[in-house]
Amino acid sequence: MQVARAGDGPPVLVLHHDIGTLARLPFYDALARRFTVVVPSHPGYDGSQRPDWMRSVRDLAAVHQWLLAELAVTRAPGAVSIVGLGFGGWVAAEMASHAPRAFKKLVLVGAMGLKPERGAIADQALVSYIDYVRLGFSDQSAFDRLFGAEPETGRLEHWDLNREMSFRIAWKPYMYNPTLPHLLGGIATPALVVWGRDDRIVPLECGERYAKALPRARLEVVEGAGHFVEMEKPNELAELVTAFVSQGDA
Amino acid sequence: MHLMYFTEQPMSAYPEAEGRAFGATALMFSNRHFDPAAGSRLYNEYLEHYRLAEAVGFDGIMLNEHHNAPFCMQAKCNVFASILAATTRRVKIVLLGNPLPLTDNPVRLAEELAMIDMVSRGRLVSGFVRGGGQEQLATGVNPAFNRERFEEAHELIVKAWTQPGPFRWEGSHYQHRVVNPWAVPLQKPHPRVWIPGVLSKETIIWAAKKRYPYIALSTAIEATKKIWELYDSVAAEAGYAGGPEYRGYLQRCHVAETEEKAMENARQFMWMQGEFTGLAHPVWSTPSGYFSPSIRTQFVEYAVGRRSNPRGAAFEDQIASQMIVAGTPKTVIPKLRRLLEETRPSILGFWAADGFVSSADTRTCIRLMGEEVLPALREIGKELGLWSPFEANAPTSMAFPEPAAPASERTVARAAAPLEVS
Repeated sequence: MQVARAGDGPPVLVLHHDIGTLARLPFYDALARRFTVVVPSHPGYDGSQRPDWMRSVRDLAAVHQWLLAELAVTRAPGAVSIVGLGFGGWVAAEMASHAPRAFKKLVLVGAMGLKPERGAIADQALVSYIDYVRLGFSDQSAFDRLFGAEPETGRLEHWDLNREMSFRIAWKPYMYNPTLPHLLGGIATPALVVWGRDDRIVPLECGERYAKALPRARLEVVEGAGHFVEMEKPNELAELVTAFVSQGDA
Repeated sequence: MHLMYFTEQPMSAYPEAEGRAFGATALMFSNRHFDPAAGSRLYNEYLEHYRLAEAVGFDGIMLNEHHNAPFCMQAKCNVFASILAATTRRVKIVLLGNPLPLTDNPVRLAEELAMIDMVSRGRLVSGFVRGGGQEQLATGVNPAFNRERFEEAHELIVKAWTQPGPFRWEGSHYQHRVVNPWAVPLQKPHPRVWIPGVLSKETIIWAAKKRYPYIALSTAIEATKKIWELYDSVAAEAGYAGGPEYRGYLQRCHVAETEEKAMENARQFMWMQGEFTGLAHPVWSTPSGYFSPSIRTQFVEYAVGRRSNPRGAAFEDQIASQMIVAGTPKTVIPKLRRLLEETRPSILGFWAADGFVSSADTRTCIRLMGEEVLPALREIGKELGLWSPFEANAPTSMAFPEPAAPASERTVARAAAPLEVS
């Protein structure tokens, strides 16, 4: 597993989207000013070795728990906060449901994992790599800045590999776990649920459901952001995360 | 030679403008444009064509299936195979084939195929395919496990056909605590398995390792030769000699009374190739995980429109390269001779018409083939030594290397008249 690390301070684990992540993002830099930021690549994503045996997002969540037990900075019980972005938010919710008291704070941003009651989670199998990522941006110029208006083929192959891994572990039901709503009720960790107002990949109603199902949660909606809040509104999200994770610290 | 009749069963009776406006006639093109009255007429016409093909002397009827697309209205080849099992008497019923990964219950498939084999008195050839990319989406099946499911389902079906039950199957993708179908094939060791394909080297290698004939689906002559080079080298490694009895080919071929008429109708082969309304969709046809990792770059570029469809050559070019053959019996026979001489298949399927070719013209095509083309090809086949697996009494597979027992030895005398289905 590839693990990127930056900054100093209390540990924050950031779990990336189904599309993977760019190596550096202003959002990571902003968090690194206050925290030790740990950004692992999910197994099978972004060049991390593919675990052929893996069949579910709960498997993926378990592997991230091993990682936390391995790293000196994250080993202490109750020390780590998790920030899960989109698909990574689902992984974070599964981790917290495995270990309801293991984490300091939980932040879910546009998290997959719950079945919407009215809308649907956008099906990436039906759209091109470019169109899917564009769908996650409210402001297309943000996409152009980060990936270029016409991303190079290498980037597309990278997205294809990540998409294949998502299919391997989240194909059916697509991008949710029907038992997760029942497991959220046991999570004692304080949680912040953040959603982009214009999220066209995971409907805002899922944010409302997360906030309701988690016993200690509140919902913040970020205006002018789509699904990829950390790429469109990095400073706003970093401020929300910093304030929430630091809350109650001496 | 084993000479087969084939149609994609085109569902051309839909508003063409709607297809063009939508930009694709696949997967998501709404079935509100499907007219069941036209569908009923077409299904029955296709059945009539199959029966005519038997009457004029074809050896086999080749069936296939696709989903969510007008280019092929056959959604389950076992349905037509069942009908033909009871309404024909002589032809082989050649399924090319059942898309194995799409099934969640290979045991049911094994049962259905055994039933077809028994009802037809041992005339089934049971080909298997992976299914197209969009088929995985149309069926909700994970494209990332397509090949694994194909191989495991195949293994389970052959076991269900050849080993007495009950047995238990605990596989990666299929788990069956009791496998004991009360329907087993008439043909022993089991119906012949032929593997059709067009793109994947992996499939050619797999078929050659299994000693299953490979049916090249309308590939260009040079590409077909490369397929046989690969097949034969794998066969040699596996300890047998490849050659005509392991080679099949599907040829687009329209025959008419005049050259002009034949060319006019042959243009309809472009219908499903996208020139008219058979528009594919690059994303839906290449879901992630479906294609070979060795050609990821090409598919990724195709999916976003940076690479054009490799099969999209112009009509005139396809006539020149013999991807499409059209003419009177007199003019098509030399062209087909060239195909046979250069690529040496013993199994030859004729994709006789497509798109909007009328039922009357299709019947004429079938009749002319039966009267003039097929007898000539049989002579050429003898001259070139193109013995089909049946003529050569070839083994069923690597797993069953003894010569297959002809079904006739196991079959009761045939009914004097075909069964009527009421």
